[in-house]
Amino acid sequence: MMRLMATGLACERGGRPVFSGLDLAVDGGQALAVVGPNGAGKTSLLRVLAGLLPAAAGRVSLAGGEPEASLPEQTHYLGHQDALKPALTVKENLAFWTAYLGGAGGAADGPLASVGLSALAETPAAYLSAGQRRRLSLARLLAVRRPVWLLDEPTAALDAAAQAMLGGLMRTHLAGGGIMVAATHGPLPVEGTELRLGGAPS
Amino acid sequence: MSALAAILIRDLRALWRVGGGALVGALFFLAVMVLVPFALGPDLALLRRIGPAVLWLGALLASLLALDRLFADDAADGSLDLILMGRAPLELVVLAKAAAHWLATGLPLVIVSPLLALMLDMEPAAMAATALTLAVGTPALTFIGVIGAALSVALRRGGLLLPVLVIPLAIPVLIFGVAAAAGAPSFGAPFTILCALTLFSAVLGPFAAAATLRHGLE
Repeated sequence: MMRLMATGLACERGGRPVFSGLDLAVDGGQALAVVGPNGAGKTSLLRVLAGLLPAAAGRVSLAGGEPEASLPEQTHYLGHQDALKPALTVKENLAFWTAYLGGAGGAADGPLASVGLSALAETPAAYLSAGQRRRLSLARLLAVRRPVWLLDEPTAALDAAAQAMLGGLMRTHLAGGGIMVAATHGPLPVEGTELRLGGAPS
Repeated sequence: MSALAAILIRDLRALWRVGGGALVGALFFLAVMVLVPFALGPDLALLRRIGPAVLWLGALLASLLALDRLFADDAADGSLDLILMGRAPLELVVLAKAAAHWLATGLPLVIVSPLLALMLDMEPAAMAATALTLAVGTPALTFIGVIGAALSVALRRGGLLLPVLVIPLAIPVLIFGVAAAAGAPSFGAPFTILCALTLFSAVLGPFAAAATLRHGLE
């Protein structure tokens, strides 16, 4: 059983403490929704967990994962930005991330069909709408299997149908023993515990 | 290793399709070389003598042009976060990105340099020598440039700093590049030192840039 743990986590941005003394534990198959007002540190928490932001104190660990790989190498991070190159087509963008992140290679068609972008496979990413860009980012999570998903506002820019599709993807991920931590303002499409970050210190 | 090949191919595609990186550098190089004879006047002997130095100067400035986009685009669209979370060593990723950058922006300069040498009335032997030294020396400019490109991402609004940081480090390459081109056909020590500078910077540049990118996480 996998378990993502953080103990005594603290984070500072620009000399200002964002949060401190934060403990969390998420077991495989569980989802954790991080909620709180703007500036409460939801994105900072996800970036600390992803290893993209150094923690001022505390530590993050993953038990039961691949012993050879570090936590960031077993983690998908879906940030506010979609990490797409506008000059490349939808398929090329996905194929690049699949190859770079170490996916099973080749088959971009399956993930693209799952997120409903098959018809746009040869379109340059520059012509996608915000919601379509988001769908393409989600396809990355399917193309490369990684047990930990850190999602920052995953439903942003998605229409109702895409949110339902995302709910299905999340349920499949959790049913396979995956771990999910999502920062969100609205309700998550799946059951999960909630971590409330306090108001922003003025 | 397929991760590195993926980076190389993606960057090459992005640079070529946008048309920005590759052609802007070559056009800038062309503009400088067209203007030099007008500025110096129609003294063919003078143009012929300073030709290699002028070509090297133009190539150095042209290769600085596209450098600031090397990591800035990836940082702006969130790709850099995911690149840092990959399994490939960051030093090798930087090396792959630098190789793609040189193929898209440095190699065109080498290829057009003999044509531009015609405008400076250079001898065929001098043309070939200059193109050869550019082919050997411009990768050093890119490898030194990646350090500046990484710094300009780590320090916000560092784009302005880039030329200031990179030009002093590029001076040895310019000195030995011009000396090697002028010393043709017997290249001798300057050419050997130019090769050494390229190999040295190919090792140092990626390590320094990767350390800068890691340290610049925020």
